[in-house]
Amino acid sequence: MKVQELVEKLNLKVLSGANGLDREIDGCYISDLLSDVMGNAMEGNIWITLQTHKNVMAVASLKELACIILVKNLVPNDETIEQSNDEDLPILQTSLPTYEIAGLVYNLLHE
Amino acid sequence: MHLEYQVYEADFVNAGAASSSIKKTLKQLNVSPQIIKRVVVALYEAEVNAIAHAYGGTIYADIEPDKITLKVVDTGPGIPDIDWAMQEGNSTASPEVRNMGFGAGMGLPNIQKNVDKLNVTSTVGVGTTVEMEVNFT
Repeated sequence: MKVQELVEKLNLKVLSGANGLDREIDGCYISDLLSDVMGNAMEGNIWITLQTHKNVMAVASLKELACIILVKNLVPNDETIEQSNDEDLPILQTSLPTYEIAGLVYNLLHE
Repeated sequence: MHLEYQVYEADFVNAGAASSSIKKTLKQLNVSPQIIKRVVVALYEAEVNAIAHAYGGTIYADIEPDKITLKVVDTGPGIPDIDWAMQEGNSTASPEVRNMGFGAGMGLPNIQKNVDKLNVTSTVGVGTTVEMEVNFT
């Protein structure tokens, strides 16, 4: 599944990195601890988090994740958006809290 | 090939820049993706440690045909008990750093899991040196 399809099916808002909507998704990882994501997320994962600072992009880029979903309408800071656009690595936004969006992502990936 | 990078205290905005540069270089050298992934995790954690805990430092990278050697030398408070610091969950990070999602006590354990050789030396009040080696084969 591509990020574009995830956006459409879960009604996510694309905040940045729209040129990367054709990135291929392979699984999902959820954590707000950056070292946990560094150590355990896999290439192609969706990353669901509430962290909005620029290091989120550093981790996502180094781990070659597919995209980031920010929960509860959280907004990334300008530096985060800039790097997302530079690297074509999309940051998506949902109004839902982590538990709710995680359930939807799980169902979608296991259809 | 020898590369050097500077990191600065509390400069979280640039955390990962050295790791990203090394990643690109290793890709150009056709090092296998699995090896690059391990190098990147280890170096990123070491980079963040120097930024979060020390007063900054220098990263030295030496790439040879069969391995990469990374040395992160910081000036800082040093680590009084390295064995304690190596245990997962132990951290001395400030509340601000923890709020960013760092300081979970996973940095050094992450490094250990991803390198073939690790040597941490530290002098309290002077600084810490983290030497890491990852073999390419």
